[in-house]
Amino acid sequence: MIDYLRQFFSDPRFQSGYDGIWQRISEHCWYSLIAFLCAAAIGLPLALLTGHIGRGDGPISALAAVGRAMPSLGLIVLLAVKIGVFNFNAALIPLVALAVPPILLTTHEGLRAVDRAVVDAARGMGMRPLQVLFRVEIPSALPLILSGLRTAAVQVVATTTIAAVISFGGLGRYVVDGLSQYQYYQVVGGGFLVVLLSVATLIVFSVVTRLAVSPGLRRNR
Amino acid sequence: MIAANVFDLPSYVQHSYLGLLGEQLEVSLGATLGGLLVSLPIGQACARWRLLYPPVLGLVTVAYSIPSLALFVFLIDYTGITDTTLFIALALYSLCILVPGVVDGIRTVPPEVKLAADAMGYGPARRYFQVELPIAAPTIMAAVRVATVSSISLMSIGAVIGNLGGFGQLFTTGLRSFNLSLVWLGLFSLVVLALLCDVLLRLAQRLMTPWADRRSARA
Amino acid sequence: MISFERVTKRYPDGTVAVNELSFTAADGAITVLVGPSGCGKTTSLRMVNRLIEPTEGRIAIDGTDVRARPAAELRRSIGYVIQHAGLFPHRTIVDNISTVPRLLGADRRTARNRAHELMELVGLDPTLAKRYPYQLSGGQQQRVGVARALAADPPVLLMDEPFSAVDPIVRKGLQEEFLRIQGEVAKTILFVTHDIDEAIKLGDNIAVLREGGVLAQFASPDRLLAEPADDFVEQFLGRDRGIRRLTFYPSAGLSLQEGPVVAADTPAPSARDAALSAGTPWLLIVDADRRPLGWTNPAALPDHGPVGNARLIGYGHAFVLGSDSLRAALDAAVLSPTGWAVGTDGNGQVLGVISQESIGSAIRAAHAQAGTERERADAKAAAADASPESETAAETDEPGAAESAASAPPPSDEAPLEQAR
Repeated sequence: MIDYLRQFFSDPRFQSGYDGIWQRISEHCWYSLIAFLCAAAIGLPLALLTGHIGRGDGPISALAAVGRAMPSLGLIVLLAVKIGVFNFNAALIPLVALAVPPILLTTHEGLRAVDRAVVDAARGMGMRPLQVLFRVEIPSALPLILSGLRTAAVQVVATTTIAAVISFGGLGRYVVDGLSQYQYYQVVGGGFLVVLLSVATLIVFSVVTRLAVSPGLRRNR
Repeated sequence: MIAANVFDLPSYVQHSYLGLLGEQLEVSLGATLGGLLVSLPIGQACARWRLLYPPVLGLVTVAYSIPSLALFVFLIDYTGITDTTLFIALALYSLCILVPGVVDGIRTVPPEVKLAADAMGYGPARRYFQVELPIAAPTIMAAVRVATVSSISLMSIGAVIGNLGGFGQLFTTGLRSFNLSLVWLGLFSLVVLALLCDVLLRLAQRLMTPWADRRSARA
Repeated sequence: MISFERVTKRYPDGTVAVNELSFTAADGAITVLVGPSGCGKTTSLRMVNRLIEPTEGRIAIDGTDVRARPAAELRRSIGYVIQHAGLFPHRTIVDNISTVPRLLGADRRTARNRAHELMELVGLDPTLAKRYPYQLSGGQQQRVGVARALAADPPVLLMDEPFSAVDPIVRKGLQEEFLRIQGEVAKTILFVTHDIDEAIKLGDNIAVLREGGVLAQFASPDRLLAEPADDFVEQFLGRDRGIRRLTFYPSAGLSLQEGPVVAADTPAPSARDAALSAGTPWLLIVDADRRPLGWTNPAALPDHGPVGNARLIGYGHAFVLGSDSLRAALDAAVLSPTGWAVGTDGNGQVLGVISQESIGSAIRAAHAQAGTERERADAKAAAADASPESETAAETDEPGAAESAASAPPPSDEAPLEQAR
C-alpha cells in the first residue's frame, strides 16, 4: 500500500496542472461544499419548522428511509443519461437529494427531543415563538443538528467521488481513471486522498461542535 | 409480456435479472448479518465497560466516514475484484451502524430488571439471551434495518470497480450503452428491494417482540 | 388579585377540563389549587398566563382581563415555576435567572446583578452562578426555577407542582424556605399541588377541585379541616383532621406552671417537701442554664444530696412557647411519660410545664374563639352578598356590612389565643 502511495505522489502527472492533486482536491471540495450548502438550505428551514410545530414525524422518517434506500450511483447515472454527462446538475442534484434526508431527520428529531418542560418554561416566561426556537430549541438541539449536518457532509464528500463515473473532476477521477488504465497506484492514491478529505470533514465538525455547543449539553454526548 | 421484456436483460449485461438479484441479496444481507454477529459482543463489551465506548464510538464514526469507493479499492489489493471485497466493506459499514445500536439497546434494559433476573437465579448467559437481548431487541432491530437498507444501496457502488455490485451493474452498463431503461430498472429494483427488506424486518420485529411499545422503535 | 369568573375549558373532543370555575386569589397571599389528577388544576393555572385559552368565562389580574394584552407581554409580567424547573440546559445558572429581565430589555450586567441578588434570596451558593443545570441537584434546580420566576419582580407568581419532583426531606426544606421568601416578597401566588398536606402547609386559601374541574370547596386551611364541604373533600383531606388543624393555633396563650421546675443543685429533701405540700405530682429538673434534664417523682427523692442525683425520666421533646403551634405542645405532652409538656423559649431555656388536661382546655377555648370569628366573618359575607352585585354599589360604604360587623362581639386584644396565619 505504501509503495503504491509513494508511486502516486511521485508521479509528475499528479504534481500540478489539470490532473494535479491540488486541482482535484479543490474541485472536490468545491462540488461538495455547493451540494452541502444547497442541502442545508433546503433541509434546515424545513426541519426547523416541522420540529418547532411538532408535525410530520411520519413523512420525515419515511423520507429518510427512502433517502437511505436510494442508490447514489443510480441517481447520478440516471441524470447523466437524461440531461447529459457534462451537465453540472447531473452530479449536483443527486448529491443534494442524498444530503437532505439526514439533515431533515436529525434536525427534526433534535427539536422534538427538546425537553417539553423547557419549552413550556420558555413560553411561560413570555418568549415569542421565534425566540423559543432560536434561544431555546435550537441551542438545546444543536448537538443532534450538527451530527445530522456532519452525516450529510461526509456522505456528500463520499458521493462526489462517485460523480467521476460521469466524467467529472474531483478525487474520484483518479479512482475511475486508474481502474480503466489498470494503474492500481492511481486508484489507491485517489482513495487515500478521499479518506483524508472525509476525516478532515469530521475534524471540522468536531471543532465546530466543540465551539458552538454549550458546555451545559456536553454530558449528553 | 411487458414485464417479461423489462426483466429480459440485454446480453452485454452478462447476467440474468435473477442472477443479479441473487448476488445482491447474498452479499448485502450476508454482510449485514456478519456485521451484526461481530457487533453484538463489541456492543456488549462497550455497554459493560463504559470507558471503552467513547474510543470505540470515535473509531466507528471515522470508519463509517471512509467513502465506500475508497474502501473497495483498498481491498482490491487483498481480495481482488470479487464479491468478497464488497462483503468485507459492507460488513464493516454495518458494524459501524450496529455497534451504537447494540450499545443503546443494551442500555435500555432497566438495571432493576437485570437485578430481578439475578435475584431469581438467572445465570449470566441465560440472563443475556432470555432477558437482556429481548429487551434490547427493538433498538437493535431499528439499527439492523438501517444497516440492511444501507448495505443494499451501497453495494451498487461496487459496479464502479468491476462487474460486481448486483443491480449496480445495471447503472454502469446503462451509462456505457446510454440505455435509460436499464438505469430505471436498477433504481427501481434497488429501492423496492431495500424498502421490502425494511418492511419485512419491521414485521419480524413485531412478531418477535409483541410487548414492545411501537412508538419507541422508530428509526 | 387574580379572579376566575365562571371559567370553563372544553376541548374539541368534548372533555371538560375546567367547569364554571370562580374564585379569587387574594393579593400577597398564597392560593393553592389542589385535587386529584384530572381535576383541571394545572389547566386552570395555565389559563392565567394564557398557555391555554379558556373556552368561556374570564380571568382577570387586578381587574384587567388577561386577554387585554399580547400573551408574550402578559407572561413576562407573571412568574412561572414548573415541576422539573424546566431550566435551559444550555445556559448557566446566572443566565437562566436573567432570562426575563433580558427579554424585557435589561442589559447583561444589570440582569446578572439582579440574578446574583436572587440567588442569595433563594439560598443558592454564589459559586453555582457559572454552573450548568445538569451540575445541580434537583432541590437546587428548583431554587433556580423560583429565582428565575422572581427575576423581573412580577407581582404574580404561578407555581405548578414546583416541589413534587424532589425527595420528601428536600421538599420540606424547600417549602419552609418558600414561606420565608414569600414573607419577604409577598407576591400574589397561585400554587398547584396534588398533595393536600403541602396545600395546608403553604396555602392562605385552598381551592379543592374534583374530577371534571369543578370547585368542591374554597376555604382557609383551618376552615377546610374544620368543616369539609362534602364527603369528597373529607376523603381528600384524609385522617387526623382534628390534630392537623391544631397547627393553626399558636401556643402563645398557654399558661405554663413554673412550680414543678427545680434546679439540679436544689437539695432533694427541700424539693420533695415543697412538692408534696403543693401537691405537685412530678418535678422537672433543669441544669444551671435552665435546660431540661428530665422528670423525677418527688415522693421517691432521697433524704440527702441534690435532686440532680436522683433517677430521672426522659422528657420526650420540648415545645417553643409562642412560635410552635398547639399541635406541637400537645405532641410534646403526649410523648412525655409523665403526661406533662415542657415549654421553652427560643433559646431552649425552660419557661414552665403544662399538663395534657390544660392543653386540652386551651384547645377547646381556641375552637370556641375560632367559631366566633367564623360566625362574624360569615355574617359579614352574608351582608355583602345581600347587597346589589354591581361594582358601583360595592365601592360605596355599605351600611349593611357595617351594622353586621358592629353587632358581632368586638375583637378583644386580650384574647388568649389568636388565630394564626
